Amino acid sequence: MPQTAGTLDSQQKTTSRRPAGTLYRGNTGMWSWVLHRITGVAIFFFLLVHILDTALVRVSPEAYNAVISQYQTPIMGLGEVALVGAIVFHAFNGLRIILIDFWNAKYQRVLFYVVIGLWVVTMLGFVPRHLINVFSH
Amino acid sequence: MTSTIEAPRSPRTPKGPYGRSTKKSGVNWEKWGWIYMRVSGVVLVVLIFGHLFVNLMIGEGVSALNFAFVAGKLTNPFWMVWDIIMLWLALIHGGNGMRTLVNDYATSRISRGILKVAILVSVVALIVLGTLVVFTFDPCPAGAPADLVASFCKSL
Ligand code: HEM
Ligand code: HEM
Repeated sequence: MPQTAGTLDSQQKTTSRRPAGTLYRGNTGMWSWVLHRITGVAIFFFLLVHILDTALVRVSPEAYNAVISQYQTPIMGLGEVALVGAIVFHAFNGLRIILIDFWNAKYQRVLFYVVIGLWVVTMLGFVPRHLINVFSH
Repeated sequence: MTSTIEAPRSPRTPKGPYGRSTKKSGVNWEKWGWIYMRVSGVVLVVLIFGHLFVNLMIGEGVSALNFAFVAGKLTNPFWMVWDIIMLWLALIHGGNGMRTLVNDYATSRISRGILKVAILVSVVALIVLGTLVVFTFDPCPAGAPADLVASFCKSL
């Protein structure tokens, strides 16, 4: 739309250089969305490989064990921490999206901190135990 | 998704996004996809957290995984059903999510088409493969070394 000289729209009137907070842009809304996307794609590609490696049980016990033993190395052990971290975030933030859609968008920011909190607690339960399993063998 | 925004109150254009007709087609597939993402998501939280807990947290976790471990699970109808539902829900959820990304980032009609066909083909192929693996699994393959298969194979 052509801008008439001398008038300011509401956005230009704000003192901030950034657009005013919306649900999705610039703040927690945007970062949770970016992370949700990245983790979703990562899990998808893992799942493609994971179904192929599981399918080796139909080839031979030796073939399956050879590949699954790769999951037990220290480097892959750290990769599994990253994978579980991605899934736990995607899962909790997915529930947050569902609550925003069906319950109340007003609490989206509070819910984001709840997601972060639950993520930290879950990872504190998982990571030490997993690393012990990986590094003590 | 690129679509031009018309000036307010301009008459309806006959073509929608991607040059498709805006006429109602009966079923609103986008809406059902949206609902599917949410319903499958809730179920997947339970299935995937359970999968990860049993395979990574119980006992020696990832270090205990091998052919005999899988044999113990895939001869149990409970875990067979669990894995099948998880397989179908996760692949369709992930595939539909990837379709959203293609709509958002692929710029030409042709690249969108190619990428969506690639997603569809991989999802269908892996659903078929994963389902066959669960239903045709043989815990005691003939001639397999006894120390690699489950202990219950001895009594056969
Ligand atoms: C590092 C983490 C993971 C490990 C060590 C792991 C391990 C395994 C193992 C040992 C199996 C064989 C059958 C069974 O245990 O039920 C399996 C199957 C399966 N896993 Fe995982 N898994 C992991 C993560 C995941 C994730 C994140 C997903 C979902 C996105 C997933 C989805 C599946 C599916 C669908 C099957 C069945 C495959 C088929 O039908 O052939 N897994 N996994
Ligand atoms: C653990 C349980 C899960 C929950 C609660 C969940 C929830 C969700 C929700 C609510 C959405 C948003 C859909 C929308 O905006 O319309 C979504 C998107 C997505 N999910 Fe999941 N999901 C889960 C597991 C998975 C798995 C296992 C995969 C991969 C195989 C995956 C891949 C994706 C992708 C690629 C998207 C699209 C992201 C986007 O449009 O920005 N999700 N998920």
